[in-house]
Amino acid sequence: MQVRVLVRLKPGVLDPQGRAVHHALEGLGFEGVSDVRVGRLIELDLADGTDEATIRQMCEKLLANTVIESFSIEGAA
Amino acid sequence: MAYRAAVITFPGSNCDRDMATALEAVSGAPAIRVWHGDAELPERLDLIALPGGFSYGDYLRSGAMAATSPIMRAVVAAAERGVAVLGVCNGFQVLTEARLLPGALLRNAGQRFICRTVALTVENTASPFTAGYAHGETIRIPVAHHDGNYYADAETLDRLEGEGRVAFRYAEAVNGSARDIAGVVSANGRVLGMMPHPERAIEPAAHPSLGGADGRRLFENVLASLAAA
Repeated sequence: MQVRVLVRLKPGVLDPQGRAVHHALEGLGFEGVSDVRVGRLIELDLADGTDEATIRQMCEKLLANTVIESFSIEGAA
Repeated sequence: MAYRAAVITFPGSNCDRDMATALEAVSGAPAIRVWHGDAELPERLDLIALPGGFSYGDYLRSGAMAATSPIMRAVVAAAERGVAVLGVCNGFQVLTEARLLPGALLRNAGQRFICRTVALTVENTASPFTAGYAHGETIRIPVAHHDGNYYADAETLDRLEGEGRVAFRYAEAVNGSARDIAGVVSANGRVLGMMPHPERAIEPAAHPSLGGADGRRLFENVLASLAAA
């Protein structure tokens, strides 16, 4: 089974990278962009039947730093 | 007397030799070099230093991979026994990822790598690392980092301030750190994480821009606290 973990900076945590990308989009002439936040997509190939609790542990112990990031899991059984 | 100190080297550490040199210059005894893949630390350590650098190429997040390495389980156990632990720069990032210290180090607010000597205000003089500084004293220590922007939620920051656990504050604008925090200590004061590099300021320089000896005092403080214990 393949699972996708989406890791995002929590709301309120400054994202200098997102801000720089935002600025670059404006520099390219794109209008109407009010905010940009950059996150991380992690694709995991797992043994079929891996339960969501185990995947959550992977996220909490390593894939995300829950001090600054939140995560969501897509494709879990 | 001398302290018995170990310096941990992770793949990508690049300040480990400087750290060992500083430790040796102050105590006269050689620092023990420990590889990240070792599962055990040498016995009877007084001090463990996690050096600066780019462990594991900063993969995933700065310090995240190093925090999972075998030696870190031993470092966490040693810290719980009260062994003094110093994390500088990437070492600070590793300590937060290993949850030995609260908070996290984000990308610098200005997006740029910052490499210069900065002024710090000493806020805590109760830890083995800081006891010989004067409270409110300004010291000058070099920084060299891309991810040094200290973050913790407001509740954690209030708790750190209330418990006197902010060790050093930037006395000038540097990287956007919450409340200008440059270094924090653990609840028992025996684990210090800081972004500035004391090991790069261990001897008086011919020119002020080339460093100074304010960092040397941090290692002397550890030595003095052990002699007093």
